[in-house]
Amino acid sequence: MPRVGLFIPCYIDQMYPDVGFATVEVLERLGITVEFPEAQTCCGQPMANTGCTEAAAPLARRFVEIFEPYDAVVCPSGSCVAMVRAHYHEYFHHDLRYDALRPKVFELCEYLVDVLKVDKLPVRFPHKVGLHQSCHGLRELRLGSSSETIVAPFNKAKQLLELIDGLELVEPARPDECCGFGGTFAVSEEAVSCLMGHDRIADHLQAGAEVMTATDMSCLMHLDGLIRRDKRPLRCMHIAELLAGRPV
Amino acid sequence: MTGHPTRAAEFIALPQRAAWHDQSLWFVRAKRDKAAKAIPEWESLRDAAAAIKAHTVANLADYLEEFERNAKKLGAVVHWARDAAEHNAIVLKILSDHNVKRVVKSKSMLTEECHLNPHLEAAGIEVVDTDLGERIVQLANERPSHIVLPCIHKKKEEIGELFHEHLGTDAGASDPQYLTEAARGHLRDRFLKADAGLTGVNFAIAETGGFVVCTNEGNADLGVSLPPIHIACMGIEKLIPKASDLGVFLRLLARSATGQAITTYSSHFHGPRAGCELHIVLVDNGRSTVLGQDDFRRSLNCIRCGACMNTCPVYRRSGGHSYNATVPGPIGSILEPARDPAKHASLPHACSLCGSCSDVCPVKINIHEQLLIWRRELVKKGLLPLTKRWAMSIGSAVFQRPWLYKMAGGMGRLALKLLPRFLVYSRLNPWGKQRELPTPPKQSFRDQYKARHGK
Ligand code: SF4
Repeated sequence: MPRVGLFIPCYIDQMYPDVGFATVEVLERLGITVEFPEAQTCCGQPMANTGCTEAAAPLARRFVEIFEPYDAVVCPSGSCVAMVRAHYHEYFHHDLRYDALRPKVFELCEYLVDVLKVDKLPVRFPHKVGLHQSCHGLRELRLGSSSETIVAPFNKAKQLLELIDGLELVEPARPDECCGFGGTFAVSEEAVSCLMGHDRIADHLQAGAEVMTATDMSCLMHLDGLIRRDKRPLRCMHIAELLAGRPV
Repeated sequence: MTGHPTRAAEFIALPQRAAWHDQSLWFVRAKRDKAAKAIPEWESLRDAAAAIKAHTVANLADYLEEFERNAKKLGAVVHWARDAAEHNAIVLKILSDHNVKRVVKSKSMLTEECHLNPHLEAAGIEVVDTDLGERIVQLANERPSHIVLPCIHKKKEEIGELFHEHLGTDAGASDPQYLTEAARGHLRDRFLKADAGLTGVNFAIAETGGFVVCTNEGNADLGVSLPPIHIACMGIEKLIPKASDLGVFLRLLARSATGQAITTYSSHFHGPRAGCELHIVLVDNGRSTVLGQDDFRRSLNCIRCGACMNTCPVYRRSGGHSYNATVPGPIGSILEPARDPAKHASLPHACSLCGSCSDVCPVKINIHEQLLIWRRELVKKGLLPLTKRWAMSIGSAVFQRPWLYKMAGGMGRLALKLLPRFLVYSRLNPWGKQRELPTPPKQSFRDQYKARHGK
């Protein structure tokens, strides 16, 4: 039995606990027991993305210490996993401990598809769903092929959603445009950020989506904030919630 | 924050402007996608282009000497300029030596970078930009808002008004065909009267000493075919080693820029025409500094196709002028801070780090990663606002102590629940201007997890 560590990003821990539990349920249903190491807090991405590497460095070191005992680390956020896998090298120059941990850190969909090779899911979700392709998962973890690159198309999140009974995927006109969250960008470039979000919402609505899902709750927090303010007929749910069979 | 956010918000506040600008450029991006998809080996072409550029840049000194030697053999005069001022002085001297009064210029981002036009105009020389889009922004007394589509920010009605004022077209006319015809007539006259022609350079070939200029209007050809003097200005990174490398770049350039298979004109210049003069000005202006920087060297790969602008969700919605820079958009947000970090400190942050630019770039510049590295450089230079730096240090201190994090998280959730709406959604909270905050749960994940697992 592999020892699987659960990495729950700080904002999911504090604001969206059910996304964490949905992740646990999906994994347990597949026979995986997970452990949640309580010392974890934040991977350091907000600091790193503002250029404050000195503030991010101790958090990166903590992360490696906390998670290195596990055979695999699974996390319901493409962005936080991308921080660890694609950006931590800055804090660990040829560090054996980090090099050993790095390939063992997975975004949830990636773990389900690549490691567990999931090909059926015993859940039902009879709704029209639009998949918002969160950028870091898409272009840094390559959870799917981006619309810019000319390669054979693939998409791990879609592959899983297609296993859900009754779920109908709808296609927005722009398949993978950014929602405009972008961490502190959401606040420092408020006008552009909100316009980007409004445009994504309109695109998913015209495609007929009732529910918008994503591999990152941060994108959905931003989109849901806009949706609720404008009272648009669209719900936001993290992909872990759909995979766990949560109702709307 | 001032800088890009303020100018972007102003652009977005104009009625329907941002939506229209976004759609126009998305249309160009979609054309690019279609053109790229028609080439099954697209990704290997990008790899090849990036490899050729990396090799050239690593051996730049040798290739520059080879180019100079061969260009001279063909009869060109080669000049070297350390910076913009030297470049402008060299061009002005060539023109004054020949008593030139009127210059026609085809599109060149380098001369924009060096602010050549005002320099020549101050010396009493008339400079006419002959690329239609460039001419439009020149008449409007603006700078280009895009490196390939200089007047993409202007609607045809606005161009109609501008032409009515400057070229005497009918008031209220906005038919593109009619306006283009009028511009042609106006430019033809300037071409005929010009004493010298100025062009940029898209690719200079070390092996032959020749160079190539790509245009859709043929204005580079016309501009240098009539007058007896041709001055070509190029950044030192425009070099490629061999003529056989050219195919790789020509296939990528137009497809990435506009979705055309190739630009209408790819004009090759190998030495001066009989009885005429050809001057080539090689300009450094900060490029050799970038060459020495591991993190930023790849930005010298840029072939100025503009694809990163067309794809950038921020650029499309904020307009090129919001960058207040010669080269706007993603690549500009790397190149411009390198020249003046304080002036352009907001540009590396005018980015949601979506990475679309890096995936679209035909020469595989890791644009979004370089923007992130720039943010780090800005902190080192003390150019990130103190409030942000403090916030990040406090955040880090909290996150390093799980008990403190737990307490802070609990307090935050409680505050969100208890504080009256007018306090949470005040003007101090840009999040809440157009967005609701999430509804806080009673307990965090960790608290519930602990309760469930009875630990
Ligand atoms: S950075 Fe790349 S995409 Fe942007 S203009 Fe240069 S070559 Fe084109």
